[in-house]
Amino acid sequence: MSIDTPTVNATALDPTSAGAARRDILHRLLMTLGPILAALVIAGCILLAVGVDPLAYYGYVLEKGLFSPLGIQQTLTRMAPLLFLAAGLIVAFRAGTWNLGGDGQFLLGAVTAAASAPVFVQLMPAWLALIGSFLIAAVVAMIWSLVPALLRAYQGVNEIITTLMMTFLGTSLANVLVKLVFRDPGTTVPQTRTLPVEDRLPRLFDTTITSGLLLGLAAIIIVHLVMTRTAFGLKLRIVGANPRAAIHAGLGVPGLTIAVFAISAGLAGLAGAVDIIGVQGNVRADWNPAYGLAVIPAVFLARMNGFAAIGFVFLLSVLSIGGESAARRLGVPNHFTLVLVSIVLIVLALAEYVDHRYNQSRKA
Amino acid sequence: MGSLSSLPDADKRDIVVLEGVTKRFPGIVANDSIDLSIRPGEVHVLLGENGAGKSTLIGMLSGVLQPDEGRILVDGKLTQITSPRHALALGIGTVFQHMMLVPALTVAENLLLGGPWWQRPRTEELEARVAEITRSLGITVKLHAKVSELSLGEQQQVEILRAMVRNSRLLILDESTSMLTPKGIDELGTLMRRLVEQGLAIVFITHKLKEAAAFGDRISVLKLGRKVGEIPSERFRALGEQEIISEIVELMFGKQKDDPEAVECPIRTICVEAAPLLQVADLAVAPTDNAPGLSSISFDIRPGEILGIAGIDGNGQKQLAEALAGQRVATGGSVRLEGTAIEMLSVGERRQRGLRYLTDDRLGEGTVATFPVSINFFLKQVGAAPFWRNGFEQRAEIDKRAAQLVREYDVRTPSLKTPVGRLSGGNIQKVLLARELAEGAKVVIFNKPTYGLDLANTLASRQRIRDTAARGLAILLISTDLEELLSMCDRIAVIANGALVGTVENVDDVRTKVGRLMIGLAA
Ligand SMILES: Nc1ncnc2c1ncn2[C@@H]1O[C@H](COP(=O)(O)OP(=O)(O)OP(=O)(O)O)[C@@H](O)[C@H]1O
Ligand SMILES: [Mg+2]
Repeated sequence: MSIDTPTVNATALDPTSAGAARRDILHRLLMTLGPILAALVIAGCILLAVGVDPLAYYGYVLEKGLFSPLGIQQTLTRMAPLLFLAAGLIVAFRAGTWNLGGDGQFLLGAVTAAASAPVFVQLMPAWLALIGSFLIAAVVAMIWSLVPALLRAYQGVNEIITTLMMTFLGTSLANVLVKLVFRDPGTTVPQTRTLPVEDRLPRLFDTTITSGLLLGLAAIIIVHLVMTRTAFGLKLRIVGANPRAAIHAGLGVPGLTIAVFAISAGLAGLAGAVDIIGVQGNVRADWNPAYGLAVIPAVFLARMNGFAAIGFVFLLSVLSIGGESAARRLGVPNHFTLVLVSIVLIVLALAEYVDHRYNQSRKA
Repeated sequence: MGSLSSLPDADKRDIVVLEGVTKRFPGIVANDSIDLSIRPGEVHVLLGENGAGKSTLIGMLSGVLQPDEGRILVDGKLTQITSPRHALALGIGTVFQHMMLVPALTVAENLLLGGPWWQRPRTEELEARVAEITRSLGITVKLHAKVSELSLGEQQQVEILRAMVRNSRLLILDESTSMLTPKGIDELGTLMRRLVEQGLAIVFITHKLKEAAAFGDRISVLKLGRKVGEIPSERFRALGEQEIISEIVELMFGKQKDDPEAVECPIRTICVEAAPLLQVADLAVAPTDNAPGLSSISFDIRPGEILGIAGIDGNGQKQLAEALAGQRVATGGSVRLEGTAIEMLSVGERRQRGLRYLTDDRLGEGTVATFPVSINFFLKQVGAAPFWRNGFEQRAEIDKRAAQLVREYDVRTPSLKTPVGRLSGGNIQKVLLARELAEGAKVVIFNKPTYGLDLANTLASRQRIRDTAARGLAILLISTDLEELLSMCDRIAVIANGALVGTVENVDDVRTKVGRLMIGLAA
């Protein structure tokens, strides 16, 4: 154009950007660890108030969950299903879908795996049998997510409500299946047939840690890479960040929505399968560990980053294994771990708010 | 810094005074020690190219941003404007550049937002007040329509209304005329005049120099974050419109040029006998409660031709564009591209065949604000080579092409990784333009393509659109800016209430003809 715009560059880069980046990471770390410490103190006060020595409690948690050889093995084993669930949630949340039906999907996956694995191992080689069970578990969980998925994709029905409702139905259905359909005739307690220990997922080296842990790690890392590096992941993130932009860009939003539900539920189903085929061996009636809901905060704290989620899932695992033992020894209800996790969340949110206000006032 | 006039000596009369205000963002100094005084009874026009720092400056006045350095005096007292609520309490009402309404609520609910939570909203009072203001503004506002049903132009009117309902002493309008018709702009100008006569102060941001000269009392020019000049009101009154404009041009671009908007008229040859590229016949869209549908829209566009759609915003322009692009279901009619029917195809398939749609809602649907600038260039090509191979993102390819587009379209951004929502309004618009004008297009629908662009970029973009047409593309140009249509189109159709009420060739007396059509008379 004839009007000459000055060539002075308005975009000179900040020379201190490397330093700024380091400061940023440090700040992030501080903003995560600080609140966790504060939450431990607050939870400690609650323990004091109910007459339990908080130091003893935390001591037991650490000892059992982290420092004792047996405990750490249990912790790592517990991580396997949690990692699968976290992977499923990362897909859903990044795509802006609130799949809160993880528990129902998990249990149905667990029951199908428990029902199919003992039959399959008699028909085919063990490795094929396990793969078969995993697949069936994933497919059943996917089918269970179809109702919320279709309602969301074509009618715009809010999935928070539908997935929660489906999770209640799913847990009941899992129970019914255990008691009426897949019940092991050889036992008096209602439970499915037990998968022999030698047919379960192998353990790692000489430990009791299940190799399901490796599968879980693989799942969450793959999910992370798919979400951040591939076209498919980007499409899902566009739908999540701005659905109108997704429509404008010509993406098939309903199809993608259904895919998100399927992947997320499928991973939850796999979580159930990995817990059964790797660890439990069978499903007892009324068994519901409610991992699905417990993992949600961990995924949030990790800001849906797969690698950070691994760290938080580990923490959650330590807390839940250690917490169970500490609870037994000190007479604190088992659910105190949940109380602890929620205090961490609340304090983190508060810290974020305060940080924001502080930034504002410092600039003023 | 470098202000032509003397520094504002914290005059008692000033409502707001900025002294040496500086605001930095990562990688950029958006405002560099700016001095500004805002007086009652004056329309203070803020000018500057895209990214000069205008919106940042008013962000600090309206409590959205906090300055890094410098002082803000309100009524002569040092004041920290800590939040938008605080700004409102101080009597500072702002119409932001990008819409800030809650789409799921009705217009009335949006206007009532922000009242004390324990009080029942006073709906009757509001209705009376709104009636009064809309009458004096000459606009109509559908109080009970959901905001998401309104066009952006209508939303802009609601925003102006909202700022006025609150009885502000200082009214800030950031590019509030960008979606109004010439008539609407004149009415807003008259209203501003009336308001300042009542003792209000107004800060008015625009890219149209004629508006600045016609409505202003005082002009400040920003450039690269610095204030490079001011025309104080005494001087302003002494100068004629042309003198003011040429003085502004000199301040902004450092070079004299008479009427920058007087551009050569299009001299393109359209093969009259060539088959139309786009044929639309009897296109219909069902109306909703508060938005018009479309009824029997028919037109052809031949290769190399630019067809303009004139009309007041909210008369079906958005519906037309969306129905053509495939984002909205048509209830009848046909759309043919190069002779093949495309009305049953999806958005993506239509794009693949060469149909492009530049939306006017750059933040609502045009971009994903939190994604980097680089990715936003390719939102409509996700998965396509060479930027993705086997489904995997090719960072290097994306960045290379993005850097090229940034240079070519003069997008001012600190880096390719900057979230696009952090760019200035005009620079986001450039990202959209770059995306739609890139290769492979046959028919392009432009909805207000230059909205938010500064003068130089507006002219450059218009030239680009003309060049595109000259390459043999068919262009549909929707705009509320009659000058724009006149300077570019071969034919201009007028839309009113979802129907094309007439089409005229762009020759000599077209201005009056279009004007007549717009008010419902025969051409
Ligand atoms: N929140 C933010 N974070 C980072 N950078 C920002 C932010 N807001 C604005 N900027 C940068 O500050 C500069 C000034 O932007 P501003 O929006 O004030 O420009 P403007 O004069 O209003 O331009 P336009 O006419 O295009 O609206 C731009 O370079 C922009 O990228
Ligand atoms: Mg701006």
